[in-house]
Amino acid sequence: MICLGIEGTAHTVGVGIVQDSAPVILANVSCMYAPVSGGIHPRDAANHHAGVVVDVLRQALDEAQMDVEDIDVIGFSMGPGLGPCLRTVATAARSLALYTRKPLVGVNHCIAHLEIGRKMTEARDPVLLYVSGGNTQVIAFLNGRYRVFGETLDIGIGNCLDKFGRELGMPFPAGPAIERKARNGRCYLPLPYPVKGMDVAFSGILTAALAKREEASLPDLCFSLQETCFAMLTEVTERAVAHTGKSEVLLGGGVAANRRLQDMVASMAAARGAASFCPPRSLLVDNGAMIAWTALLMHRHGLTTPVEESHIRQNFRTDEVAVTWRS
Amino acid sequence: MEELIQRGAEAEIYRSTWKGRPVVIKRRTEKSYRLPDIDRILRRQRTRQEALLLSAARRGGTATPIIYDVDLSAAAITMEYVAGRRVKDCIDALDEPEQQRICQKIGEGVAGLHRQDIVHGDITTSNLIMSRGRMYFIDFGLGEKSSAMEDRGVDLHLLMEAFAAAHRHPDLFSWVMEAYEAAVPWGREVRRKVADIAERGRYVVRE
Ligand SMILES: Nc1ncnc2c1ncn2[C@@H]1O[C@H](COP(=O)(O)OP(=O)(O)O)[C@@H](O)[C@H]1O
Ligand SMILES: [Mg+2]
Repeated sequence: MICLGIEGTAHTVGVGIVQDSAPVILANVSCMYAPVSGGIHPRDAANHHAGVVVDVLRQALDEAQMDVEDIDVIGFSMGPGLGPCLRTVATAARSLALYTRKPLVGVNHCIAHLEIGRKMTEARDPVLLYVSGGNTQVIAFLNGRYRVFGETLDIGIGNCLDKFGRELGMPFPAGPAIERKARNGRCYLPLPYPVKGMDVAFSGILTAALAKREEASLPDLCFSLQETCFAMLTEVTERAVAHTGKSEVLLGGGVAANRRLQDMVASMAAARGAASFCPPRSLLVDNGAMIAWTALLMHRHGLTTPVEESHIRQNFRTDEVAVTWRS
Repeated sequence: MEELIQRGAEAEIYRSTWKGRPVVIKRRTEKSYRLPDIDRILRRQRTRQEALLLSAARRGGTATPIIYDVDLSAAAITMEYVAGRRVKDCIDALDEPEQQRICQKIGEGVAGLHRQDIVHGDITTSNLIMSRGRMYFIDFGLGEKSSAMEDRGVDLHLLMEAFAAAHRHPDLFSWVMEAYEAAVPWGREVRRKVADIAERGRYVVRE
C-alpha cells in the first residue's frame, strides 16, 4: 500500500509518500512559511500554503518517481492547528481524493509525531515529549488511547523561544540561533521554574528573561533560558515515565532538534534505566511523511474519513482518537 | 537498615525505622541532566517546602504523614510510614460506589487544603494513599501557600488530567468536584477556572 500525506497545521506545508515495506519513506518534501515580521499570521501562512502546495506535491511525486494514480490512500493533517492553514490543506487533500477516487484519512497531527517516531526508531511503547512552536505535550499510550500526561499551561516552548529571539533581533525560527549562542553562555541567571505536576508554563520565564536583557550578555541569557526551560521539560517527561512505568522516551517536534534538549532527555532516561530515541531532524519538524505513515496505519485498520466528514479540527485533542491500530 | 521501596519521579523512598517507629526517608536525588546551579536550589527548596506544607496541612486537619526529621543539605525528610494503598493502584479495581466514596474523600481533602490556603501542586493518584479509612496526601514539594482561584484551579486541573490519563471510569473527576463544591464557598468559581485552564494548553495563536 502506498500512502500520500499532506501536512499543514502551522507554518509548514509538507507532502510525504510512504509504503508498508522498507524503505518506508519514498518522499518527504516541505516548504516553510517564514513571516516577514512578527509571529505567524494564520491567513498569510494559509495563502503561502495555497500557493505552494501543488508544487510541493509535484516534487514529492517526482522524488518517489510516481504518478498520482500510483497512490492508494490520501492522508491529511486534520488538526490541531491554525484554522486557515488546516482548511487550505484539507481542501487540497479532498480535491486529490475526489480526483483520484482514493480514500481519505484525517490524521491527528500530534499522534503522527508519535507514530513516525515509533516506525523510524526502535521505540515501541514510549513516552513522547512533543515540543514544537504551538504544541508542548507529554503523551503516552494507555487504555487504547494516546493520553496527554502533561502540557503547557500557556504558550508552547517553540513560541517562547521565537518570541524571545524576536525581541532580541534574531530571525524566525529563533531556536537554532538561541542554541548556538547558548553554547558560549557561562553564567546562569536565575529564572522562575514553574512546574505544576506534569504541566509547565513558559510566559513567566520569557518575561523574566527579557527583563534581564540590559544586565546580562546574550549568550548568558540564551544559556539560562535553555537550561531552565529544557530542565522543566525533561523533569515533566521523567514524571510521566515514573507515573506510567514505561521504559522508553521518544522526542518529537521541531524544538527536539536542539542538541542540549536531546542530551538532557537522554541523560534522564539513562539514569532511570530507560531507553531514549530521537528521529532525524526531517521527521522531528512538521512533515508530510508522518501524516502519510499514520494515515497508512489507520487505513490498514479499516479507518477512513468520508469527504463529507472531513472538516478540520482546530482543537483536535490527542486523546479523542480511539487508537484501534494498536492493541 | 534502609530498604529502597520506590523510585518516584524526583525522589528515592526508603523504608527504615526511627526510634522504633516505621518511617520512610524521602531523598531528592541529584539530577544529572540539570545544571547543578538549578538542581541544588530546587532540591533544597522543595524539601523545605514539602516539610512546611506537610505539617501545616496536618495542623489544619488534612491527613498527612508526621515528620520526624528534615535534613536540608541531603534534601531528605524522615516521615511516618503510611500503611495503605495508593489510589493509583486500587481505584480501577473497585466497584462504583466504592470509587465514588474515594473520590468524595479526595474532594473533601483538597477542599481542606485549599481552605488552609495550601495548594498541593502535584495531585496525582500516586500521591494519595488510603489508610485506615482516611485519605492521606503526600508529596507536597511543588505546593505553595496561596489563596488565588487560579492556583486552586490549576491544582484541580492536575487531578483532572491524572484521572483522564491513567484511569478508566469517566466520572471520577466530577465526583471529586461535587464533594469539593459542597465543602467550599468558592466551588463554582474554581470549577470555571478548571474549564478555562483546560482550554488554554490547546493550540492557540497568541500575538
Ligand atoms: N509516608 C509514606 N508512606 C508510605 N509510602 C510513601 C510515603 N511517602 C512516599 N511513599 C511512596 O513513595 C512514592 C513516591 O513518593 P513521593 O513523595 O510521591 O515522591 P516523588 O516526588 O518522587 O513522586 C509514593 O507514590 C508512595 O508510594
Ligand atoms: Mg509522587
